[in-house]
Amino acid sequence: MSKISIPLGPQHPGLKEPINFGLVLEGEQIDKATVNLGYNHRGVEKAAEERTYIQDIYLIERVCGICSHSHVTCYITCVEEIAKAEIPERAKAIRVLVGELERIHSHLLWLGIAAYEIGFDTLFMYVWRDREHVLDCLELVGGNRVHYSINTLGGVRRDITPEIKAELLKRIDILEARTKYYTTLATEETTVLARTQNVGVLPKDLGIRLGACGPTARASGIARDVRKDEPYLIYDKLDFKLITADTCDVFGRVVVRVLETVESCRIIRQVLNYLPEGPISIKVPWKIPEGEAVNRYEAPRGEDIHYVKGNGTDKPERVKVRAPTLANYHAVPHMLEGGWLADVPLVIAAIDPCMSCSDRALVTDRAAARSAVWSWEEMRRNGIEFYKRRGVDFSKVTLK
Amino acid sequence: MKTKSLKEKIITWSRVKSPWILHFNSGGCNGCDIEVVDALTPRYDLERFGIQLKPTPRHADVMVVSGPVTRQQIKRIKRIYDQMAEPKFVVAVGACACSGGVFDGCYCVAPGGLDKVVPVSAYIPGCPVRPEAVIDGVVKLLGSLQK
Repeated sequence: MSKISIPLGPQHPGLKEPINFGLVLEGEQIDKATVNLGYNHRGVEKAAEERTYIQDIYLIERVCGICSHSHVTCYITCVEEIAKAEIPERAKAIRVLVGELERIHSHLLWLGIAAYEIGFDTLFMYVWRDREHVLDCLELVGGNRVHYSINTLGGVRRDITPEIKAELLKRIDILEARTKYYTTLATEETTVLARTQNVGVLPKDLGIRLGACGPTARASGIARDVRKDEPYLIYDKLDFKLITADTCDVFGRVVVRVLETVESCRIIRQVLNYLPEGPISIKVPWKIPEGEAVNRYEAPRGEDIHYVKGNGTDKPERVKVRAPTLANYHAVPHMLEGGWLADVPLVIAAIDPCMSCSDRALVTDRAAARSAVWSWEEMRRNGIEFYKRRGVDFSKVTLK
Repeated sequence: MKTKSLKEKIITWSRVKSPWILHFNSGGCNGCDIEVVDALTPRYDLERFGIQLKPTPRHADVMVVSGPVTRQQIKRIKRIYDQMAEPKFVVAVGACACSGGVFDGCYCVAPGGLDKVVPVSAYIPGCPVRPEAVIDGVVKLLGSLQK
């Protein structure tokens, strides 16, 4: 049979965000898949250099609308590290609280989208109805449903009052009960099983080699979670389980995310009961001294890395964002190849992709009116030349 | 004012009662996208106005665009706009689509928002928009069709 190649995206009903996949088909089966990025590139990192640290909080938050708290917390902890500011314990607890609420919101959203891709619209509507509870919680804590901007330089903006605490505890109970229902639904309903089992398989060794992270990695049996490996904020004081699955397929990713939601409910309860007394923020000077910091954060989709370099002014010299989805993209062609065309949207959705997070390495040459996505080789060559001009020679270094 | 014939009345009535929408993310942060989907799910339930999400531009009457228009997306958004059947409407959802928002001035974003790229019928501001605002904007757009 002759092979045909079809493009999928950037506008596609199965994809909520712009990305392009090049698929080579042999009949209904996928022979080869490639990923094309760059449709969502806005130039956030460059824009961050032109704004002050405080303005950057609101810019970095808009890197992604779903994991906005993750990006900001990761960025702001870098800035606080450079400024050598130790934030109050209560602020740390509130950051964890919002982070876990966000994880619930993100995982429920994903479960809904996955149900939609399966064609199980009832589950989609059910999940999104219950997700409103967590959005109400976030609105109560931060003042907005999606971009809650709870973080500020030196702590958090708003406190948790006893009324808010009581309301949160009430809503968490509802959410936990509903999530447990979805756990049985996702693991016993034959429609879900038929569509997810042995689909989009990523074996453990391949997952490690390709650097998968977050629920995608944990569903392949890789016990990797920044909250456990390198506890930040107050995670070392909390008791929670690291969820893994060893089925390595989409079904495993469903199970990991649903069970993680239950764990997040437990964490929130612990944080609310732990909440130490004290101020919620400290004063940090607007001018941040020279220095650099890298921080890791377990976002709902996986490991988020931010690098910030300060130069003594009120604006950063450089901000670099490595979003979790970027690490998971490499695994997608491997998951797709050998599979069926009808499963493509589900497999892509299963890594919970966030295009807005990950579009980074795009080069636009305005003079020539041309834009292109750089390949790894080109980026490496450019990097070597960049450092040569500064007196460091990396050309002898070989990569394994 | 010219009175409408029965045929025109029926056409307007059917248009107002079943506007099918196409959702297009022109490079946004997802915030508005999830709120648009939120407006279609049980709590807000936009479907009671006959609004349905459609996967293809050829079936859609209204294109809902969220996010700043990135340079990569300019020609795609024009192409999708051309594929829609007449009469067609574009709704700019969120501060970024209305004016560029927080990303205005970024090197990879078309300056000045969506209306510099395709004609826009309604603007819904907010960062991100609330589902109530989406419903309000859509109802106002439908109201303007009846006139």
